[in-house]
Amino acid sequence: MQQIISFLLRNRYLLLFLLLEIVALILVIQNHSYHKSKIVSSSNAIVGNIYTKSSSIKDYFSLTIENQKLAEENAYLRNLLSIKNNSLDSLIQQVNDTIYHQEYNYIVAKVINNNYSNRNNHLTINKGHKHGIYKDMGVILPNGVMGVVKDVSSNFATIISILHEHSKINVGVKNSSHFGTMVWDGRTYEETQLLDFPRRASLKIGDTIITGGKSVLFPEGIPVGIIKDFKLRNNYYESINILLFADLSNVGFVYVVNNINKKEIEKLEQKLNE
Amino acid sequence: MNNPIINNILLFIGLLFFQILIFNNINLFGYLNPFPYIAYIILFPYRKERSLLLISSFLLGLSLDFFADSGGVHAASLLFIAYFRLTFVRLILRKFESEYISFQLNTISFDKLIFYFFILILIHHFLMFGLEYFDINAIWPIIKRTIFSSIFTLLIVTFGYYLFVNSKK
Repeated sequence: MQQIISFLLRNRYLLLFLLLEIVALILVIQNHSYHKSKIVSSSNAIVGNIYTKSSSIKDYFSLTIENQKLAEENAYLRNLLSIKNNSLDSLIQQVNDTIYHQEYNYIVAKVINNNYSNRNNHLTINKGHKHGIYKDMGVILPNGVMGVVKDVSSNFATIISILHEHSKINVGVKNSSHFGTMVWDGRTYEETQLLDFPRRASLKIGDTIITGGKSVLFPEGIPVGIIKDFKLRNNYYESINILLFADLSNVGFVYVVNNINKKEIEKLEQKLNE
Repeated sequence: MNNPIINNILLFIGLLFFQILIFNNINLFGYLNPFPYIAYIILFPYRKERSLLLISSFLLGLSLDFFADSGGVHAASLLFIAYFRLTFVRLILRKFESEYISFQLNTISFDKLIFYFFILILIHHFLMFGLEYFDINAIWPIIKRTIFSSIFTLLIVTFGYYLFVNSKK
């Protein structure tokens, strides 16, 4: 007994070190698994409030850019409106349009902490349960996709950015019905990669990539980026790079997508799996 | 202001906030960030009793993880260099346990001190990026980031050390 105590005393720093290091490593491993909700997360109230304060200071320096972005988006929406008015006489198009617009509603949120330089990037936004945000909602930008909601507290939520090893977004090529998966290789925040693109589908440099209709997280047809380059090996597409439209190093406001039919779709799909 | 406990609490809070509010947002060339919060390990008083150093560096790392959504990456790597700090003091600075009471950083020559800083920073950054990528296939980006970020951190730590700490003599 005495020997055990003296052993513990002699190695007390080593034991303390090992204990704390194991706790830290468990947290690291837990963080790398996609499905578990995290303990260490910036969606809690203390971190959220500090980020809110610091982002309100930063906002003063980016007012010009933010204004410009809003103006651009206004112009874009005005264009959409005029298109919609013009197409009133063609009935089928209008029906499609209304179905498309009824399926989703958007919650505007402000990014209070943005990361893009790590291998796995997260964002924090200033809306939470109180404002109707729940886990696994899609988050979009005016000109692209931002990510998926991960952890939610009453006032804040964290988002897994598309710049993350677990991010897999269903995308397709505009004006074609072929789909692939968008992932990120961790190199630069300006480019993502397209995987599992069928080899029979045609692909050109400069093709526009849009969100696909297979995912319940995002509305179909949001422009994401253009094909920058790709390689062909044995008729298979390899390392297709997508140049993103959105500048992910500078995001102010995002839209959290609420798919009204999501529950219904998931219920149906669950039956299929049983 | 000469109370070591208050000094260390101020150091803890100061480094934490500098890191999360300023240095985590530098993103030089789009991906480079320095991590000067490791100065905590360098400046924490050198004593035989080490449990306070271990616990507080774990907490500092964990606080950073909360802000960066990085799990326990900062906690694990900061704790690691906190534990092995004395080994490097012995190997590089050639100071032994009996000298810790009288040991002060500003008695050490410039080149030795820089080397000591650099080794601690290099090990910390390698562990941190390694745990962040958590993928053996990503060894090249891990090494690349470790080297560039280490140089960046070393510049800021050295600059800060000679500007704020060593000038108080």
